[in-house]
Amino acid sequence: MSGVAKIALKGVKKSFGSNAVLRGVDLGVAKGSSLVVIGGSGTGKSVLLKCILGIVTPDAGEILIDGAALKNREDFLSHFGMLFQGGALFDSLTVWQNVAFRLLQGRSKLSKADARELAVEKLRRVGLKPEVAFQFPAELSGGMQKRVGLARAIASEPSVIFFDEPTTGLDPIMAGVINELIREIVVDLGATAITITHDMSSVRAIADHVAMLHAGKVRWHGVVGDIDASGDAYVDQFINGRAEGPIESVR
Amino acid sequence: MLAINILTEALASIGRSTLGLLASIGRLAIFAGLAISHMLRGPFYPREFAVQLLRIGYFSLPVVGLTTLFTGGALALQIYAGGARFNAESVVPSIVAIGMIRELGPVLAGLMVAGRVGASIAAEIGTMKVTEQIDALTTLSTNPMKYLVVPRILAATLAMPLLVLIGNIIGILGGFLVGTLRLGFNPAAYMSNTVDFLEAGDITSGLIKAAVFGFIVALMGTYSGFHSGRGAQGVGQATTNAVVSASVLILASNYLLTELLFPS
Repeated sequence: MSGVAKIALKGVKKSFGSNAVLRGVDLGVAKGSSLVVIGGSGTGKSVLLKCILGIVTPDAGEILIDGAALKNREDFLSHFGMLFQGGALFDSLTVWQNVAFRLLQGRSKLSKADARELAVEKLRRVGLKPEVAFQFPAELSGGMQKRVGLARAIASEPSVIFFDEPTTGLDPIMAGVINELIREIVVDLGATAITITHDMSSVRAIADHVAMLHAGKVRWHGVVGDIDASGDAYVDQFINGRAEGPIESVR
Repeated sequence: MLAINILTEALASIGRSTLGLLASIGRLAIFAGLAISHMLRGPFYPREFAVQLLRIGYFSLPVVGLTTLFTGGALALQIYAGGARFNAESVVPSIVAIGMIRELGPVLAGLMVAGRVGASIAAEIGTMKVTEQIDALTTLSTNPMKYLVVPRILAATLAMPLLVLIGNIIGILGGFLVGTLRLGFNPAAYMSNTVDFLEAGDITSGLIKAAVFGFIVALMGTYSGFHSGRGAQGVGQATTNAVVSASVLILASNYLLTELLFPS
């Protein structure tokens, strides 16, 4: 990676009690690039994202944004969007209020009418009809909730977007649609993206670069096109979904 | 040797429990301090506050009203039966009023609201935590303490005195109905006895208690929700904790407030 990384992690460690989840993670994402972090369940992928966001405080290490330690998290979050694994939509708000949530807060908030119009436009961008805007999240299917979550993540046109298991729980066709949408949106916005997943179809559709997390460290990091010839037994086992190999599986 | 081991294990167990309790008290104190500090600093969410005021105050009216109505009636019957032992049946109106306003109104309303609102707050926030909605708030540049905790605590602290005020009136009405329809009191004399023996301090002390109980209910609800475990079991446990801890704290603080407000 040439130049200063948009997001860089240096020796990040995090333990919960006696469970060391991250044991010194070094990772960087170039500006405008899409990094996908893969790894088995419980390898600390979500904790990694939460450390970058400041929701979880690392025990050691540095997290650098544009080459400097993060001083103002509010400022960083104002240019940030995230799609959560389960959507994390607010049950008590309608779909358009969810999508426009950030736009209705703060000093530079939009009027209700403008925010609603923008929310409908973003919903259209992710392939949802305007009528959906007035429904509640509980009335939508899992795939539609994911799309609403995606619309909310891009509503303020962020420069950094995180996707946490974007295709979990979706059928293969809907997963393909979400993957395509994510790729299109990231390219259109020119955003820096980090996605965590263990779905290899997502990896191939979304990633510019891939990093594999195993035993709390980055096991392999490279261009997505090189992943099939990584020469790493752990990566090979993971991407081919084999039960036999160096990664222990519970039977 | 075996006896020493058993004793050591028993002492260790007591030590662990004590440390656990102290840690919980510390976490709660930090949470309460943080919530109060956020009440003093913007941004504020007036819409959220109004919604909570409606949920906590207005929608608790039926349950508080019914509770105080029947308690007022039962109180009149009990005082009449007790007073009859030494020919003091005439104290029914004043004792019903004083009992309701100073003690039963705030405590019963507090306990009922702890069951209805405290449980609901803990379940709602616990579910939000489990489904990552609280993390989502943070990523949307919204502080969960300001958006979720402050409006609920403020609304409960303000709504409870109003609820208790209305509950007191309904409770006294319950006593009035039983007193006049069942025990044969003259309506005008009953009302006159009710008002004549009441002092302003009786009313203000009840309202102060109510505000404190409202604060406790919302604090324990939000705290339990924020510290909810994972899954349905975690949320269920958080809901139980919210109701039990709020109820115990209401009864304990009621004693302390009574000592403070009515020193003997």
